[in-house]
Parts: sequence; structure tokens; C-alpha cells
Amino acid sequence: MSSETKQILTTDGIPLEVSLKKAEKKNKIKAFLLVAPLLLFLFITYVFPIGEMFTRSVDDKMITNMLPKTFKAMEKWDGKELPPEDVFAGFYSDYKVLIENQTQGKLGQRLNKEKNGFNSITKKLMRQIKRNKIDESQSIKEQIMKVHKRWRDVEYWQAIKRTAPPYTMAKYLKGMDMYFAADGSIAQVDEDRRIHRILWLRTLEIALFVTIFCFLMGYPIAHLLATLPMKYSNLLMICVLLPFWTSLLVRTASWMILLQQQGVVNDFFVMIGLVADDSRPEMMYNKVGTYVAMTQILLPFMVLPLYSVMKTISPSLMRAGKSLGGTPFIAFWKVYFPLTIPGIGAGCLLVFILAIGYYITPALVGGASGTLISNQIAYHMKTTLDWSFASAMGLMLLSGVLVIYWIYNKLVGVDNIKLG
Amino acid sequence: MALPSYTETRYRIWHYFYIAICTFVFFFLIAPLFVIFPLSFNAEEFLVFSEGMKKLDPDAFSFRWYHEMVYGTKNPWGLAAKNSFIIAIFATIGSIILGTLAALGLSSRHMPYKGLIMAVLISPMIVPLIISGVAIFFFMAKVGLAATHTGIVMAHIILGTPFVVITVTATLSGFDHSVTRAASSLGSNPFNTFMKITLPLILPGVISGGLFAFVTSFDEVVVVLFLAGLENTTIPVQMWTGLREQLSPTILAVATCLIILSTLILVTAELLRRRSERLRGINR
Repeated sequence: MSSETKQILTTDGIPLEVSLKKAEKKNKIKAFLLVAPLLLFLFITYVFPIGEMFTRSVDDKMITNMLPKTFKAMEKWDGKELPPEDVFAGFYSDYKVLIENQTQGKLGQRLNKEKNGFNSITKKLMRQIKRNKIDESQSIKEQIMKVHKRWRDVEYWQAIKRTAPPYTMAKYLKGMDMYFAADGSIAQVDEDRRIHRILWLRTLEIALFVTIFCFLMGYPIAHLLATLPMKYSNLLMICVLLPFWTSLLVRTASWMILLQQQGVVNDFFVMIGLVADDSRPEMMYNKVGTYVAMTQILLPFMVLPLYSVMKTISPSLMRAGKSLGGTPFIAFWKVYFPLTIPGIGAGCLLVFILAIGYYITPALVGGASGTLISNQIAYHMKTTLDWSFASAMGLMLLSGVLVIYWIYNKLVGVDNIKLG
Repeated sequence: MALPSYTETRYRIWHYFYIAICTFVFFFLIAPLFVIFPLSFNAEEFLVFSEGMKKLDPDAFSFRWYHEMVYGTKNPWGLAAKNSFIIAIFATIGSIILGTLAALGLSSRHMPYKGLIMAVLISPMIVPLIISGVAIFFFMAKVGLAATHTGIVMAHIILGTPFVVITVTATLSGFDHSVTRAASSLGSNPFNTFMKITLPLILPGVISGGLFAFVTSFDEVVVVLFLAGLENTTIPVQMWTGLREQLSPTILAVATCLIILSTLILVTAELLRRRSERLRGINR
């Protein structure tokens, strides 16, 4: 039958189907071209640089490029006993090149990170070479071993071998307080030096509690705003929106004033007799300050999604619940609350995502016990200049955030985010 | 929220408790902003209420710190304010242009991979600022734009566009596409249709997105801290250094000015939102 039906043609004589497909394709390209400038801009300036953070975080080419002959010779060495003559010879000629280029210091520092004690023995070897004490016609192995007893220790040669691959996961392990032990297995650092694990846990803990506080405080007022008549709720809405639009630093500054020892909150506590004047509690530069300030700063991000969901719930549903015999509490719990769950999900995920990457407020009011993982990243970017470690920690944080973002996208959909 | 007369006592108590909680939360939200005002008029150098201020002694108040803010020697605020405004204005323009175009494309029903692309475009809003800062810094350092205004403006365009995309897509969701088809059928070219029909209708969304982008740039400190040299200092950077190092009441004078600015922006944004809601209401 299909062979008998005549194709419908447009006035140009082209089959309608083809013509429609063409138009559809044209529209697709048109729509894509509108998005293309921003997409391209973001890819070049933002998405690729984040990808580059990954290469930077695993990059370990420096030593690989510094000791090419050594590593070539080490390929045949099994790593159990002292390496053979050609490894020593390779190391000697590599090291001589480094001395000529005056970059031997970097090698010493880098190897010292792998195993303590390298700095002094490489320097000692350098002095011997500079004084031409090494006779190239004799066995180089014997001569290097005479420079210092550590050169006779196989563990130091194993350490050099470990630095051979151009890529390393060491920075990621360091971010979790682990490291590659001498035999190449993964080990934990000593208990009293596990600082990063504390920071990760603290970041999670603070983000979680700030989210809970924001929910507990945001739910009642969102409900009030959604049920009050328009003219009152618009007025009260200003209380939520004004902090939302005010500079983050201004809000942090006001908390610093309020929470300091001679500050308003402490004055108030003394006035109502809660604490004695000479034992004012420390509320800033610790976790209390971080909790209070972050809760106030992130609260609008909880209230706004909750409000926009609650606004759509008809009040007659609650009345119906009550008229069917429910007490107000049961009506609320069985009817109203389940309807607000999308808003709760949106608000909590948004606050949690923002809290987990917080930087400014913890740095100013957090003190030592209130700093978070972001502060550690900034510290390595600016102070220690260990950019590859900062990148590794950043990507670990990012992967966590992206998982939550993915859940958020599944539950709420990014195109459903509402602002103001 | 008057209670009906038949309400039982326990619900009556619960109701007043609920009102009390709400009052406390509203107070918690708004009160910290008001502590700044009186202290910025402090005649003394400390960031606490002096005895004179508590007794409302007029001598304890002065415009000293406002004077310092404007005329102070070796004063960073003038340069910072100039930089902040220049950067924020250019970043806003850039965000509006790129964001509006993208939103127009995204709201077309022909757009392929809509969800995925939207997720990428919104990501700068979701990715922690510190990570954005590190990534953008690596890029700007590589192309030689670190410590330049151009670099900071570009960084702020990245951070500002998600807001424009969100607000404009929201406005376009209630947009009646038959009006643009009508314009085209009457012989208007696409550019004219956009300027004369589409743009006026989505303008509230564009402006409120622009306001978000402006505030984001004007208030942004994490990325600027990575990118800025001494010449590119902005108001937030100065406040950051001030709060970390010498706590001077001049900061409070600046903060007061910023609160006034944010109030103005809030009023504008609210008026726009109501106008756009009204317009969308008519469309339905």
C-alpha cells in the first residue's frame, strides 16, 4: 500500500518530509549557534583549565626529565640489591649535566621529599664533582659509594627508582594522609600528622550542620511567608532578600563585631546574667563563629526554594485534612510536609553545596579550629606554592560537589533553579 | 494569621511559639546588618560600642571615618571603588550579552542536548569558588592576563553568566512565541524582531539577571584574590585585607555605603520581578 501512496510535495517539488527535516535541522543549528559563544568561552576559560588542574595534579615529569640516563639504566635493575655500575654511571652523567645547568638543587629538594637525607648527600656529591675528584676512567660506582655511606644504602636507590614514572597519584594520597611506602605499597601517615583527614571531616561536619540549622530556621519562616497575606509577606520578604543582596564581607564583618569578646552578643549575655563579665566566652575564631555566621549567610538560599514550593500548595488541602478528622499536627505531617519535600531537597542541596566550598567566612571568623578544606587549598596556592597539591585537593572537593550537583539535577533539575 | 475562636489551648500555645520562632529567625537574619550603622559613626578607634555611645552622648558620634574613607592619606578606597565599578560594569555587559544569547538558544524547542548544556552553563555557580579561582588563575597566567583588568572582567563574566541564563530562561518560559512569528510574517528580519519584539518583553529578566551579575562581580573576592595585583585592587579585596589585618572603623563606613547600595539594588530587583510577574500573568 505504501508504494501506492503518492509522496506529498512542497511547491518546489521537494518531498514534504525532506523539506521539514531540513527546516528542523536549520532551526537546530540556529539554536545551537546562539548558545555557541558562551559555550565556547566557558570551555576555553573554565572547563579546560579545570581539566588542566588534573594533569597538573598528577604531573611528575620533572625528575623523569632530569635523570633520563639513570632511569634508562634502572629498567634492567630489579631493585633488591645495590644497582649495577651502569646505573651509577648514568646517574653521574645526568647529575653532571644538572650541575652545568645549575638545576641540581631542585633535584635534591625533590628527592628529599621522597626520602629524607637526599639533600645533604647530593650536595656532597656535587662538591666532589666540582672539585674534579671523580675519575671517569675508574669505576664510578666505587667512587660515589665512597662519597657518603647513604649512597651505599639500597633504600636511597629504591627511592630514586620510585620517582621514575612521569605521573604520580602521590598528591591525592597526601590529601588523604597516605603515602607510598619504601616498598611501593600505600601506607598511612602517623596518627598525629593526619591533618587533612581532620579537615575533610570538619568540612563535611560543618556543611552538614549548617544545612540542618538552615533547614530548621528556614522552614518556619518560609511557611509564614507563604501563608501570610501578600502585603505582610512582601514586607517580611525584605528581611530575607536584603541579607541575600548584601556583600558577603559586610555580613562577615558584622558577625566579627557581634561575636568578639567585647561585642554586642557578649554584652547581652552579661546583661541578662548568663555569664560573668570577667568570663566572657570566646565565640569567634572557633567553630561557634563559623556555624553562626555561615548559617545566617546561607539561610536565604534555603528560604527562597522552600518559599517558591510552599507558595504553590493550596491552603484548602490543609483544611481538607483537618475536616477529615486530622488534628492540625497530623494534617501538617501527612498532607503539607510531603508536598514541601521538593523544596526541602532543593534548599538543602543548594546550602550544602555552597557550604562545602566556603572560604571567606571560615577564614575570617573560623580561626584555627574553624578552617575548612578550601582554606587549605588557598594556603597551598599562595603560601607553600605547591600548586599540584592544591589542584589535587581541589579536584577531590570538586568530585564530591559534582556528585551532589548530579543528584540535585536529577531531583530538581538545574533549569528549575529560581532566583529571588 | 488570627486564630479562629474555637482553637484549643495547646494549639494556641503552639501557634504563639511558632510566631516567636519566626520572629527570632527574622531578627537573626536582619539584625546583624544594623549593628554596622551606629558603629560606623563611632568617634573612637575601636569596633565596640563605647560608653558614650551607649548613653547616646552626641560627642561619641562623628563622621570621622567617612572623612577618612574619602580623604584619608594613602587611601586605597578611591582606587578600589573605581576598579570595582569598572570591572563590575564590563563584566555585567559581557554576562548579559553572552547569557541572553545562550538563554534564547536554550529556550528554543529545537535545541539538542538541552539538559547537558544547561548543566555546563550553570556549573560556575555550583563549583566551589576556590576551585574556579584556581582554574581561572592557571588559565589567565598562561595567556598573560593575570593581574590585568581584562583578566578579572573575563573571570567575572564566567561567574556572572549563570545568573543571566537562569533569569532570562525563566522569563522566556512564559514567552508567547507567536508574537515573533507574527513579526516575521509581517516582513521583519530576525534582528529587528529581536530588538523590537523579543527584547522589550524579556527585558525585566535580562535586567534582573544583569543585577545578579553586577552584584556577583562587585562582591567577588576569592577569584580576585588569585588574579589581582596591587593595581587591580577592588573594594572586597580591600575589605578582606582590612578585616584580616588592621580592623579600622573605616571598613564600617565602607560597609554602610555597601548596605545602602544593596538596598537600592534590592528595590530595583523587586520592582522588576513584580513587573515581569504581571506581564507573564497577562500572557496566560
